[in-house]
Amino acid sequence: MEFLLAITIGVMVAAAVYLMLARNVLRFIFGLILISNAANLAIFTAGRLTPGAPPLIKEGAYAPAEGVANALPQALVLTAIVIGFGLFAFALVLVYRAYTTLGTLYSDEMDAAEPKGPAQ
Amino acid sequence: MSWLLALPILIPFLTAICAFFLRRTGWCRWASVIGSGVLLAVSLLLFATVLREGVVAAQMGGWPAPFGITLVADGLSAVMVVITAITALAVAVYASAEISERQVFLGYHALFQVLIAGVCGAFLTGDLFNLYVWFEVMLIASFGLLVLGGKKSQIDAGIRYVMMNLVSTVFFLTGVGFLYGMTGTLNMADLSLAVQQLENQSLLTVVAVMFMVAFGVKAALFPLFFWLPAAYHTPSFSVSAVFAGLLTKVGVYALMRAFTLIFVEDVAYTHQILLWVACLTMLTGVLGAAAQSDFRKILSFHIVSQIGYMILGLALYTPLALAGSVFYLVHHIIVKGNLFLISGVARRITGSTELSKMGGLYKSAPVLAFLFLIPAFSLAGFPPLSGFWAKFILIKAALEIEMWWAAGVALFVGLLTIYSMTKIWAQAFWEPHPEEIEPSLKSLSNFAQVALLLPIAGLALLTVVIGLNPEPFMDFATSAAGQLLDPSDYVQAVLGVTQGGTR
Repeated sequence: MEFLLAITIGVMVAAAVYLMLARNVLRFIFGLILISNAANLAIFTAGRLTPGAPPLIKEGAYAPAEGVANALPQALVLTAIVIGFGLFAFALVLVYRAYTTLGTLYSDEMDAAEPKGPAQ
Repeated sequence: MSWLLALPILIPFLTAICAFFLRRTGWCRWASVIGSGVLLAVSLLLFATVLREGVVAAQMGGWPAPFGITLVADGLSAVMVVITAITALAVAVYASAEISERQVFLGYHALFQVLIAGVCGAFLTGDLFNLYVWFEVMLIASFGLLVLGGKKSQIDAGIRYVMMNLVSTVFFLTGVGFLYGMTGTLNMADLSLAVQQLENQSLLTVVAVMFMVAFGVKAALFPLFFWLPAAYHTPSFSVSAVFAGLLTKVGVYALMRAFTLIFVEDVAYTHQILLWVACLTMLTGVLGAAAQSDFRKILSFHIVSQIGYMILGLALYTPLALAGSVFYLVHHIIVKGNLFLISGVARRITGSTELSKMGGLYKSAPVLAFLFLIPAFSLAGFPPLSGFWAKFILIKAALEIEMWWAAGVALFVGLLTIYSMTKIWAQAFWEPHPEEIEPSLKSLSNFAQVALLLPIAGLALLTVVIGLNPEPFMDFATSAAGQLLDPSDYVQAVLGVTQGGTR
């Protein structure tokens, strides 16, 4: 299972890097979303894949019984997904705004902050 | 005790909530100023506690380390929180006169306070994943501040800034995942023990380099700095100042923390990379600044070159060099934030930040000229200002371990810094204004004069005080560096007395 996930993560990263090398900012964002999901999967895999029982503590007990799955990586991934969702929502709105105000999606043509040409 | 550690995070958050609900009224900016003032008082209290008791730690939610989230303050964290609060107060006062009602209504002060909360959180947390969360809090607030107002150049700068920082986030997150997979813990004190027992030390070095890239983007190290000069000259001046003072320094802090506490197994390799990167950062930053002709762009490139000095101290990895880095961090935040605030006043009365369109400030606004000279000379390293001591310590540390070329680069970059500062001085202050107007501070309202110049004068006074009386600051920096190099106090404060047996 680790092997399969490792291959999946590798493919996702490769596809993401390909997208991120594009000059189109929208493609870059899509690549970024993909690679951040690959990072989430990497955390999940790094936390060991075990066929354990759900980490629930029985009523009255202080600790879970033996053989439960590690819940921490999933908690980390969940946090990362939520944060990533917020950041990407912002980034997408920003790209849309850039398209309407700058009139282009190509990073080469965006030069409002650093105008081309010789410095005065 | 635990409250004292949590308050520097909670106060800005509460202030942000107040500022958000008051944003339609004139009270909003005062809420921000008062909140920053309270933050400064609390952070000084924390600083005094750390001076008295050494490293202090608190477990949030009552979970013992390494299971819960730890907040911990050693010398470096405590001084960074104090300096954050000072910057926050200065910028909040300045912003009360600079920021338009429209931007206040859009939530300027709320975003600003959330940013400060994120910065304080990053300085105080003792947990790697928690550090990631604080980075993101800081990041999303900075995104909002950067594009607030929605000018064309701001949107363009926003794209670059957002993209580059999101890439760094992915690196950081992956590094955290791998480190957790290898050690089973994310508590930084616990990690510093756990990594010593790893069999596969080379994999640890790979992860160390991932963190170096992630923090390197945030700290604007060579060759990952180009988002900074593309973005920092576009937002309003108080935003520029707080970004210049604090944001990159959080990256530097994270590097200093990670590469003294966790990744110290292969110093010959990782710190060698840092040494090269530091020297190249210094050089490219200062050369980039020499080619610019805009007040704020010159200052932005100088942030990059100054970051190089701080990383140089970390890379040399001797007690004196690290003390130099801590000293430099404090000096730099005060001076750099101040220079951006001054550029804002200069813009207001001359109408531009383009040096060729400025002029005459020395003749018609001598107070501003004087206030510019202090941080500018301090940045360039003139005695007896704080920058002189900061550079002096670092260069002395480099000479002590016979790193002649690193010392040479540091001296050369200092020289070129003088070139840039004199360029600004000559064109904006000395020469007459090209349109024959006489820019005067009198064109500002009385309130604006006080609110804009008071923070500038206060920060300038601080750099003079540090410069004339460096000894207590240096003593403190030495003790903070000692805590960094020997993390046993830190580990003990976080994990309690039962060291090593907790895992």
